[in-house]
Amino acid sequence: MARAAVSGRLSWRTATLVEARAENASARTLVFDVPGWPGHLAGQHVDVRLTADDGYTAQRSYSMSAPADGARVEITVQTVADGEVSPYLVDVLAVGDAVELRGPIGGWFVWRPEQLDPVLLVAGGSGVVPLMAMIRARRKHHNRSVFRLIYSVRTPDDVYYADELRRRARDDHGLEVTFVYTRFGEDAHRISVADVNTHGWPPELEPACFVCGPTGFVETVADILVALGHDPRRVRTERFGPS
Amino acid sequence: MATLSPGFRGRSREAEPKLPPGQYLTHDFPVLSAGPTPKVPTERYEFTIGTETGEKHSWSWDELLKLPAETPTVDIHCVTKWSKLGTSWKGVSLDTLFEDVESAADYAMAHSYGGYTTNLPLEDLLDGQAWLVYEFDGEPLHPEHGGPVRLLVPHLYFWKSAKWVRGISLLLDDEPGFWEAAGYHDYGDPWREQRYQGD
Ligand SMILES: Cc1cc2nc3c(=O)[nH]c(=O)nc-3n(C[C@H](O)[C@H](O)[C@H](O)COP(=O)(O)OP(=O)(O)OC[C@H]3O[C@@H](n4cnc5c(N)ncnc54)[C@H](O)[C@@H]3O)c2cc1C
Repeated sequence: MARAAVSGRLSWRTATLVEARAENASARTLVFDVPGWPGHLAGQHVDVRLTADDGYTAQRSYSMSAPADGARVEITVQTVADGEVSPYLVDVLAVGDAVELRGPIGGWFVWRPEQLDPVLLVAGGSGVVPLMAMIRARRKHHNRSVFRLIYSVRTPDDVYYADELRRRARDDHGLEVTFVYTRFGEDAHRISVADVNTHGWPPELEPACFVCGPTGFVETVADILVALGHDPRRVRTERFGPS
Repeated sequence: MATLSPGFRGRSREAEPKLPPGQYLTHDFPVLSAGPTPKVPTERYEFTIGTETGEKHSWSWDELLKLPAETPTVDIHCVTKWSKLGTSWKGVSLDTLFEDVESAADYAMAHSYGGYTTNLPLEDLLDGQAWLVYEFDGEPLHPEHGGPVRLLVPHLYFWKSAKWVRGISLLLDDEPGFWEAAGYHDYGDPWREQRYQGD
C-alpha cells in the first residue's frame, strides 16, 4: 500500500455555520466558515466536537462533500435514530452557531486532481458524501479522467445532491451515474455482481475504485470487485458506521 | 477554548470509568480497514518474526494452534470513537512467541496480508500485553475482523491491533506504519487521547 504523508498538529478550530440545506427528510448539508482552514483533498474527513454547557463533549467524524474552497468546509449529515451527535447537526444547529472542528484527516481514501486513471465510485446511502467531493473536484480542476458512480439508495427521495447529480450526469462529460434502488420500483434489489459488472469498469482498465457506505455494504462491494478481478490495492474503502 | 453548543445535551453522563476520553460505548463490532478483506486460507497461513539481524522464526497455522493458548477478556478502543467493553478472545501470548527470539531492537512493525503495516514499541508487545488471536467470542475469527489471525494490543487504539497479521519485524529505529504515515499518532494511547500526530 502506498503511503501518504500528512504532517503537523491537528488543532480544534471554531467553525461557524454559514449555510445549511436539506438534502432530504433526514439529511442536511452544512457549510462552515473555518478561518485558517489549511485545505483538503476530496475523500478526507473532519472530526466535529460538540460541548454541552456542563463541559461534556462528544466528537464524530464526517466526510467533506466538496473540494477545498478557502475557509469553507462542507459536510452532509444523515440523522441516525437516537444518535447523540447527528440529530443535533441535522435539526438543531442554526446558521450563525458554531461548533469545533479539526482536520483534514485521512490520507488514503483520497482522489487527487492529478490522477488520470478511470475512477469507479460506489456509494451506499450517506457513503455518497466523500464520493461527491471527488465528482465536484474533478469538475473544478477540469480533470478529464472518466468517472462512473454507482449509487445504492433506498428510494429516489433518499438521494443526496439529486438535482446536481442529474445536471452533472448530463453536462460533465465523462461522468456516468447509475442508481440502484433497494426499496423502490419493480427492480428493487441490493447491489449485486451484475450491477458492478455492468456499470463499473472492466478490471483491465485498472480503475481506481472508491467504495463508501455502511460496513456491510462496503464489504459486499469490495468482495465483488476483487471477485471480478480488480487488484485489491486499487480498491479503497471507507466504512461509515456499525450498521 | 471550548465553543459551547447551545441546546446540545449529549447522552447520559453516568461516569463510565472504563471509557477513555472522547469514546462512546457500542455493542456492535464495527469494522475499520483501508481496503477489501483479504481471504487467507489457514493452510497457507504463516506467522514470522524477523529480527534486526535477519534471523527468522516462523509458525504455520497448525503450529500456532499447538502453542499454549490464553483467553484474554479486554476492552477495545477504536480511533473512530467507539469502544467495546469485555470482549473475549483466544490466542497465543506474544511472550510465548518471543521466548526464543534474541534481539536488541526497541521497535516492532507488524505486517499484514494485503500490505497493511503498523508500528509499536517492542515493550508494548511483551509482558502479557499482546496476543495473536484466532477466536472471538468462542468462534473462529471472522475475516472481516482480521481472521484467521490478528494482533490484539488492547491498551492502544485498535488500528495497532493489525488484522490478517502475518509477521512482525524488529527494528532498531522507529518507522511509521500505514496510518501513522498518514497523520495518525505514532503511539496511540486512548487514555491520553493520542489520535493524531501532535495529540
Ligand atoms: C471516516 C468517517 C466518515 C464519516 N462520514 C459521515 C458522513 O459524511 N455523513 C454521515 O452522516 N455520517 C458519517 N460518518 C458517521 C458519523 O461519524 C457518526 O457515526 C454518525 O453521525 C452517528 O453518530 P451519532 O452520534 O448521531 O450516533 P451514535 O450516538 O454514535 O449512535 C446511535 C446508534 O446508531 C448506531 N449508529 C451509529 N452510526 C451509525 C451509522 N453511520 N449508520 C447506522 N447506525 C449508526 C449506533 O450503533 C447506535 O446504536 C462517518 C464516520 C466515519 C468513521
